[in-house]
Amino acid sequence: MQPERTESPNVSRRWRTALSGLGPILGLIALCIAGTLLNPDFATVDNLMNVLTRTAFIGIIAVGMTFVIMSGGIDLSVGSMAALIAGSMILFMNSLGAGGHPATLVVALGMGLSLVLGAAFGCAHGLLITKGRVEPFIVTLGTLGIFRAFLTWFADGGALTLDGELSDRYSPVYYASLLGVPIPVWIFAAVAVAGGVLLNRTAFGRHVQAIGSNEQVARYAAIRVDLVKVLTYMLLGLCVGIATLLYVPRLGSASPTTGLLWELEAIAAVVVGGTALKGGEGRLVGTVVGAILLSVISNILNLTSIISVYLNAAVQGGVIIVVAFLQRGRR
Amino acid sequence: MKSLIRVVGAGVLALSACTIFAAEKVTLGVAIPTATHGFTGGIVWWANQAKKDLEKAHPGLKIIVKTAGSAPEQANQLQDLLTVNKINALVIFPFESASLTKPVAQVKGKGVYVTVVDRGLTDTSAQDAYVAGDNTAFGKLPAEYLAKRLNGKGNIVMLRGMPTTLDNERYNAFMGVMKQHPDIKVLDAKYGNWNRDDAFKVTQDYLTRFKQIDAVWAADDDMAVGVLKAIDQAKRTDIKEVFGGAGAKGMVKTILDGKDKRIQADVSYSPKFIYDAIKLTAEARLKGEKLPATTIIPSVLITKENAKQFYFPDSPF
Repeated sequence: MQPERTESPNVSRRWRTALSGLGPILGLIALCIAGTLLNPDFATVDNLMNVLTRTAFIGIIAVGMTFVIMSGGIDLSVGSMAALIAGSMILFMNSLGAGGHPATLVVALGMGLSLVLGAAFGCAHGLLITKGRVEPFIVTLGTLGIFRAFLTWFADGGALTLDGELSDRYSPVYYASLLGVPIPVWIFAAVAVAGGVLLNRTAFGRHVQAIGSNEQVARYAAIRVDLVKVLTYMLLGLCVGIATLLYVPRLGSASPTTGLLWELEAIAAVVVGGTALKGGEGRLVGTVVGAILLSVISNILNLTSIISVYLNAAVQGGVIIVVAFLQRGRR
Repeated sequence: MKSLIRVVGAGVLALSACTIFAAEKVTLGVAIPTATHGFTGGIVWWANQAKKDLEKAHPGLKIIVKTAGSAPEQANQLQDLLTVNKINALVIFPFESASLTKPVAQVKGKGVYVTVVDRGLTDTSAQDAYVAGDNTAFGKLPAEYLAKRLNGKGNIVMLRGMPTTLDNERYNAFMGVMKQHPDIKVLDAKYGNWNRDDAFKVTQDYLTRFKQIDAVWAADDDMAVGVLKAIDQAKRTDIKEVFGGAGAKGMVKTILDGKDKRIQADVSYSPKFIYDAIKLTAEARLKGEKLPATTIIPSVLITKENAKQFYFPDSPF
């Protein structure tokens, strides 16, 4: 064995790994340059804040989704879950508000309910998957239908709307800014940082990665696989709860179209960001960049009219594939 | 077959006026899409309302309402209605035009009287009657209204629904009127998918892109909600008019109360037309009569003066 020979593929592999890690970021930078060239308004602070604020929902969910996917699972129900939580919150707050409780308290309780429901739904998923031994794909496909059906039933097919005063009291949670940056962006950043620490600096994070790489080996290593899995789904549910409590004040309503296709956007953000769909490895930074990238694409398409609106979805699909191509070679 | 029934029906009518109601029992199947957004929610509500009202008024009438989540499901329901429920009249709001034409034609071939609502079939010989809202007026009335309010001069942005023939009809009607007003610039038209969230995002981007907008044609009351929120957030005061469409109860209430000066008018395209279609079909069939080949439920401009007659607080839409 000659050392040079073993070293050179190593070096090139390291290079490729580093480059593939940069894939989504390079894609995002390229998109931003393209956006600025197409419409100078793209590069304004206001537009940047708009894009980041609307990314917050999908981004926060995608952070939780990273854990689930990395442990080898999947959750298809997040969009429907968000819709049902939004609807339940509104019904709950309206009934409390009608009882004459102070609006601030009602809003705080509503936000609490959102987190509790998210964690509870996630826990139910986790238990069905681990104790019930049903494939995560099937469990969450089932709840995808169940959650949305219940919301539609609550709303009678129409929209559930938050009462006037509550809506006014609640709206700063979405619309207000701190140091010029909207609240949802702050929360998105906080969730992303917390997720990063949890994934890379704690035993739980390492266990998640170990289970995703090889569940059997993880079991032999005395990792409590079932518990960790249930916790990943609860974490995702909690993230959905956080996203929903930011979403409700935006329009003050929930309808059967709320959260439609969020699951695909969140999964796409995770995978575009470089997390392997089969589990085991991934990066939280990639997920955040992936989520931003997805909303930048539609933002640019809205800011220009060079191509027919009929082709918008094709552009989105094309960009996603190109970015995934940039980070190939990590399987 | 159908004419045979009518001959028999007429014969019975001639023989004895007392027995006709017993003989001419009508079992009417209603096939509609499930409630997935405000408008279809309204369709389901009005269909059930029709069942309640009409079955009470006519003892010889039975109405069966089926909702479907997809075109194949609706086709299966048609077969069930025919073989299990033995319907002799059908009111259908087709999930899709093309894929339901054959299944409906089969039902009609078995002697069932078919009324098609809203989305026309690709082969009109598969239906006996067609009842629809007026999509041309849905686009034309807001265009004329906005042109008048802007005194024939200004910038308009618009939102579209989803890529469908129905949306194209509305869009073309709107643009047709705008051609006569060369000083009104239509800046752009993007899809908001008939939902509040997408309309919110598209409007945010319009506001970033265009510094002077005089009016927004939101083309749907749900989308108008998202449009208004986005304008409020950007604190823009240049937009004088926001025009929705369909006459959802929240929007009609806003007009009625004068709550928002940007919302002064709307155009009716009420899901109530399913109620009208069921009523017309049931009553005609009870008498053994036919409906005219095409019935268009007119779309009218809703303003503060007439808003009251379009306000249905119990309907979910």
